[in-house]
Amino acid sequence: MSDASLPLQAEDLEPVRAARRISGESRLVQWLLVAISLAFLCLFLFLPLITVFVEAGARGWQAYREAILEPDALAAIRLTLLVAAIAVPFNIVIGIAAAWAIAKFEFRGKSLLTSFIDLPFSVSPVISGLVFVLLFGAQGYFGPWLKANDIQIVFALPGIVLATIFVTFPFVARELIPHMQSLGSAEEETALTLGASPWRTFLTVTLPNVKWSLFYGVLLCNARAMGEFGAVAVVSGKIRGLTNTMPLHVEILYNEYMGAAAFAVASLLAGLALVTLALKTLLEWHFADAIAASRRH
Amino acid sequence: MSATVSRWREPSVLPGFGLALGITLTALSLIVLIPLAALFLKAASAGPADIWAVATSPRTLAALRLSFFGALFAATVNAVFGLILAWVLVRYEFPGRRLIDAAVDLPFALPTAVAGIALAAIYAPNGWVGGLLAPYDIKVAYTPLGAMVALIFIGLPFVVRTVQPVLEELPADIEEAAALLGASRWRTVFQVLLPPVLPALMTGFVLAFARAVGEYGSVIFIAGNVPMVSEIAPLLIVIRLEQFDYAGAAVVATLMLLLSFALILLVNLVQARARRRFGNV
Amino acid sequence: MSVAVTIETVEKRFQNFPALRGVSLDIQPGELVALLGPSGSGKTTLLRVIAGLEQAERGRVLFGGTDTRDLSLRDRRIGFVFQHYALFKTMTVAENVAFGLKSRPRGERPEPAEIRRRVSELLELIQLPGLEKRYPSQLSGGQRQRVALARALAIEPRVLLLDEPFGALDAKVRKELRAWLRQLHQRTGHTTVFVTHDQEEALELADRVAILSDGRLEQVGSPDDVYDHPATPFVCEFLGDANHLPVKVVGSQAFFRDRPVLGGLSQNKSGPASLYVRPQHLRIVDDAPLALPGIVEHLRRNGPLRRAEVAVEGLPKRLDVDLASQVAPAIGERVRLRISHGSLFAAA
Repeated sequence: MSDASLPLQAEDLEPVRAARRISGESRLVQWLLVAISLAFLCLFLFLPLITVFVEAGARGWQAYREAILEPDALAAIRLTLLVAAIAVPFNIVIGIAAAWAIAKFEFRGKSLLTSFIDLPFSVSPVISGLVFVLLFGAQGYFGPWLKANDIQIVFALPGIVLATIFVTFPFVARELIPHMQSLGSAEEETALTLGASPWRTFLTVTLPNVKWSLFYGVLLCNARAMGEFGAVAVVSGKIRGLTNTMPLHVEILYNEYMGAAAFAVASLLAGLALVTLALKTLLEWHFADAIAASRRH
Repeated sequence: MSATVSRWREPSVLPGFGLALGITLTALSLIVLIPLAALFLKAASAGPADIWAVATSPRTLAALRLSFFGALFAATVNAVFGLILAWVLVRYEFPGRRLIDAAVDLPFALPTAVAGIALAAIYAPNGWVGGLLAPYDIKVAYTPLGAMVALIFIGLPFVVRTVQPVLEELPADIEEAAALLGASRWRTVFQVLLPPVLPALMTGFVLAFARAVGEYGSVIFIAGNVPMVSEIAPLLIVIRLEQFDYAGAAVVATLMLLLSFALILLVNLVQARARRRFGNV
Repeated sequence: MSVAVTIETVEKRFQNFPALRGVSLDIQPGELVALLGPSGSGKTTLLRVIAGLEQAERGRVLFGGTDTRDLSLRDRRIGFVFQHYALFKTMTVAENVAFGLKSRPRGERPEPAEIRRRVSELLELIQLPGLEKRYPSQLSGGQRQRVALARALAIEPRVLLLDEPFGALDAKVRKELRAWLRQLHQRTGHTTVFVTHDQEEALELADRVAILSDGRLEQVGSPDDVYDHPATPFVCEFLGDANHLPVKVVGSQAFFRDRPVLGGLSQNKSGPASLYVRPQHLRIVDDAPLALPGIVEHLRRNGPLRRAEVAVEGLPKRLDVDLASQVAPAIGERVRLRISHGSLFAAA
């Protein structure tokens, strides 16, 4: 249709819409499909989300406040923030390094490296925690040595951080790689020929170009880091007030039949999810082009 | 020196390859590869007899069966409804479309534990949906069915998000061509529009499956966790670990990984074949 | 025989942009008609209206006297070849060609063996026998185009519509396919309408050329007709190079700055007018009467011809003059130009 007899804007829209009008489904079928979709989403998406907030408020504002401000809950919130504050920057550095190597250079074993980076996505979270217990647990490969030197990794902050980094490892890289690939290297090469240092080139040319997809990756990485359950559950030991993250705290409260309190803490995490979703959607609307290339998970 | 380098990497004027690749490989090895290798090593150290005993124990088999068939079932449900959802989002205009489009990603953002307790509350016999089903003697929560519900939830975005861009880019002309050649709408949809979407649908299916097969957080709250009935493989790993049976845990974990890798590889091979044949016209 | 396709005062707008502003055209059975125009002239929209892919807001399209508004896309029996072919890439060549036949309602559908026979017949016709089992991705651009054509012919269309049939091909394949399409048309005799923005293609291929501009039909006629007797300045300039001279008509003569440049005019209103002259209708002459003095400022090659650019006092643009077998003048030489043929349009 590159030479259609319309102005450009109309050209972009019309053919599809025309096809739909001429040969689309009947109104009844359309209505039916929309209804099926909505019913499916209600059953599996909207109801659970609403439930979290309804149950959280079931015992009133006072109970909600208490559940959140209770010392163990506060400790869990602090730990969750701390873990994310370590794991996310770490993954940003790794993600940028990996994306730079993979997107800007051609080398053998590149596709293998790419699939290795994606590997944690196809590993069960429980296994992601298990591997660190096998390495650093009391009966693990490095267990005796760690004990002798009085270093604790499993059932402590380092284990939680390691497990969190494992499960969030691919997020930043896989947003950056397709974007950097689609941008090519011409701008960097220009900057270098103009005499910019490598660092300056990276900071003033590469980074500004990919900042939104970087932010996008960080957003998803952070959501997963704060919400990770399975991997952290295995390595944390679930010591209240010490190695309990927010999701683990939710589990403990729930198992102790303190449903309202569990949902109160859960509502904070659900709130985080909604903020993440809102920012993500905003990014997708405003920077559609930059992110389009990487919008598959 | 430079000659050996250029054999495995094409020359480039851009700096930082060594540094970037070095950081990546170091982190990848320390965080992902060596720990995973430790897993296989641990499993192997159990010895063939023990491995066989763990692998063929009824409880292990039951747990693996639930995890795999549950994940297959959930991925299938997601493939069907995800395709409908993607179709509706791409092709129809209706109030709230953009909101729904954004909401599809909720399972990516919502922590699994939160989803787990919420789903358990809804589908429990005294919950909003569970209460409606109770009179018909249908139990969802605390049964294998409950596990499926959780797996459908967490796999929901994958199919939608892989199929959606392909549907968006389907050229209008093949649809018009089919209609002009006299094809009914039904025939146009199923023979002309959907076949090019099939590879993306399969990718989405595999992603949803891979996610579901290892899922833990959302399932344990709703599944009831009865051994041999509603106990998933990741939970069995946790239980073995809590019993300090590291080797047992490692064997179950290794079995899980090998099975899911094999399945993913198989589907990728099928897809690669399809890609080679149909290409991108 | 009666008219194959009648287009009656068709109007169509897209989001307040008028794409067609009242177009009427009759297409005779077996005719090969080109819809020619620049981007945005409405030619593709007209083609899509004939096909039924767009609905006209006003006016109607008749197939041999039947109003097409009552016809479904299937009952229109239009063979449409899309610019990018729109082949079904998950189907083989044979499946693509057979698609229309297999899509017929059960009662009218040919037997599988008959469909196979027809498919191989068509592949024979488009000179691609034996490629039944190939997929579109395994074909070259020209082959894809021909498969798309075979697919359109399979339903025995009333009218064959081609949207920029050679648009996506490289220059060499274009030329080959052009000649081939002309032959095919002579053999099969389908009423055919094709859209193009390439005037050379339209003039070479078509029995009649319909020139569109801004949603209006500027002129319809045989290639010779429209080229030698353009109805409007637009047609004149769009079909080939033309020099433009503002003149004044007095009696049977046209004057440029009080100098008579063209004589023997009839049926022309006196007054200011625009004279369009193609480069091959300007000759360098020795004698004075009815000639335009100028200075050769530049010489260049234009395909097989050489062309002189001649500056004439009072004209902002140099005149292009084709030098057939004439001796080339030198740059800076003073020459006289005679106009052998021109098109006059009353000044707006």
